[in-house]
Amino acid sequence: MANEITVNLISGRTIQQGVAIESGKEKPSYRTACGIIEMDPADLKALGAWRNTNVKVTSAYGSVVVKAVEATQGPHPGVAFIPMGPWANSVVSDNTYSTGMPTFKGTPVKVEVAINEPVLLGVELVQKQCGVKVG
Amino acid sequence: MTKTITDVICPFCGTLCDDVEVVVSDDGKKLLEVANACVIGTEKFLHSQSADRVTKPRLRQEDGSWKTISYDEAADYTAKLLAKAKKPLMYGWSSTNCEAQSVGNEIAEVAKACCDNTAAVCHGTTLIAVQDIGLPTCTLGEVKNRADRVIFWGCNPAHAHPRHMSRYSIFPRGFFTGKGQMSRKLVVVDPRCTDTAKMADIHLQIEQGRDYELLNALRVALKGEWLPDTVAGIPAEKIREAADILKSGRFGIIFFGMGVTQSLSKNHNIDEAIALTKDLNEYTKYSIMPMRGHYNVTGSGEVFAWQFGFPYSVDLTRGFARYNPGDSSSIDLLCRGEVDAVFTIGSDPGAHFPISAVKAIAKVDSVCIDPHITPTSGVSKLHVPVAFNGVETGGNCYRMDNVPIDCRKVVDPPEGMMTDLDFLTMVCNRLKKLKGVA
Repeated sequence: MANEITVNLISGRTIQQGVAIESGKEKPSYRTACGIIEMDPADLKALGAWRNTNVKVTSAYGSVVVKAVEATQGPHPGVAFIPMGPWANSVVSDNTYSTGMPTFKGTPVKVEVAINEPVLLGVELVQKQCGVKVG
Repeated sequence: MTKTITDVICPFCGTLCDDVEVVVSDDGKKLLEVANACVIGTEKFLHSQSADRVTKPRLRQEDGSWKTISYDEAADYTAKLLAKAKKPLMYGWSSTNCEAQSVGNEIAEVAKACCDNTAAVCHGTTLIAVQDIGLPTCTLGEVKNRADRVIFWGCNPAHAHPRHMSRYSIFPRGFFTGKGQMSRKLVVVDPRCTDTAKMADIHLQIEQGRDYELLNALRVALKGEWLPDTVAGIPAEKIREAADILKSGRFGIIFFGMGVTQSLSKNHNIDEAIALTKDLNEYTKYSIMPMRGHYNVTGSGEVFAWQFGFPYSVDLTRGFARYNPGDSSSIDLLCRGEVDAVFTIGSDPGAHFPISAVKAIAKVDSVCIDPHITPTSGVSKLHVPVAFNGVETGGNCYRMDNVPIDCRKVVDPPEGMMTDLDFLTMVCNRLKKLKGVA
C-alpha cells in the first residue's frame, strides 16, 4: 500500500459527461459526471484507496481534487481516465508542439488520497483557479 | 392539443441525426417530449425549457456580481471591445449555424481578429494532415449501404456519438449490407476496453500514445513483411490477423477520433492513418473519416475555408488571412499572452482548454455568447444568452461527412431573446460604424 502512485492520464467523452454538459455545467450533476478519475482496480489497490474516495491528482501543469472511482471501461492498469472538462484540464499539458492542439492524452500524473479535500463544482473550480471575483 | 414535429435535426454531435420527433404545445411555445434522439440530444432539447435559464445579457460588476443589461447595451459593449482591441481572439463557432458564422467572419475582418473554431482542441491536427496528404473519404450513406469492414480508431461512439452505430456504421441494413451487423467486421483500437471495443470482432488494446507505430505495423503486415514480436503492446500475430480482416472486405471505413488527434504524435498519426487507407486501396475500396464532435464544427471549417481560405487558426491582424497553427492557434496565442480581448460563441473554452489558457481569458476583456451558464461565462466580463440553435432557430449545419443539412426551429425562444445571427448582425453594424467602414 502506498500513499501515492503515478499513472498515465487520458481524458475523453463519456455519455454521462454529454448529458451533464447539456443539463447545466453549473449544476452538481456535472461534477458527478466529470469530477472523477476512473482507475483500474489494481491501481486503486496499489494506492490503498477505497472506491469513491477523494484524491488529489498532480502533474507538472497543475493539480485538482477529484473522486476516484473504479474504471467503467476497463481493465486498463497504469492508465487513468478523467472525463473531458475543467477537472481534467487542470492537469493536462498545454504544450501544442506547434500544432495548435494541446496534449490532452498521456499526461503522467501523481495520485494521492485526499479524503478531506472537497471536489469543487465545474464553474467554481475554473473561477477559483483564474482568481475571478464572484459576487 | 399538442403537435408532433417530425424529421427534426438534433444539434448535438457531428452525426446530426435527422429523424428526431418533438412534441410541442399547441401555441408552439413549450417543448414537451422528444423521441428518437439519444439521451444527450434529448437533454439538449429539454434543457432549453428549463426554468432557471438566463434570458438577458449580464455584465460583471467590480464586486463580481452580475448586472442585467439589454441586448442593445450588450451589442455596444461587444462592438467597443472589438474596436479597441489590438489583437482580439474570436473563438468557438461550432455550436451555431453557418449563417451566423459568416457574419462572425465579417466582424473578424473589420476587427482584424484571430479566428479559430473548436477544431483547435478536436480535429485541428486532422486538418493539418489532410493538407499534407489529402483525404480519401465518403459519406455516411455509403458507409451504411456498403461498408463491411469498420474500424474505430481512438474513438468511442458508444459514448460520444451515441446513434452513429445504429444509423450508419454497424447495425443498419443497407443496400449491400442486408444482414446489418452480421455483414460487418468491427475492429476497435483503444487503450481502454471501451463500450465500443466490447462490441468489436477484434479489439487492439494499444499502449496509449503508440498509434503511429501500430498504424505503421499494419501497413507492414499488409505487405507481408517482417514485424517485431510486439508493436505498441500488440502481438505481431494479432496485427497480421487484423490486417487480413481489413484486406478481405469489399468496402472499408476507418473512423478516427481524439485518441489519435490529441496524443503526442498528433498530425503524424493521421498522416499514417491516411497512408494506411491509401495502402488498403491496393486491395479493396477504403475510406477514412474523422468523427467530428460539435454538430457544426465541420460547417465552421467550411465557412472559414470559403471566406478566408483556411479551415481554422486564421489570423487577420495584418488585414489579410494568415494560417500557421502553433502561431495563430488559440491556445498558443492565449498561453503566450498575445491576446487583449476574447470573444467566444457556441463553445466552452473555459471547460475545454488547459487551465493556463483559461487563465489568460480571465485576464482580458471578454464576451461569451452562449445559451448556457458555463465555465467560460463564469470567467467572462459579459455573458450574452441567445436562443438555442437547432431548437429555437434554424440554420445550415454540416454533418461530419461534409453533407449540409438545414436545422429546424421547433419552439419559440423565451420572449425577447435574440438569436446568434441577430445579435452578431447588430454587433457587426455597430463595429463598422465605430471603425468608419461603410
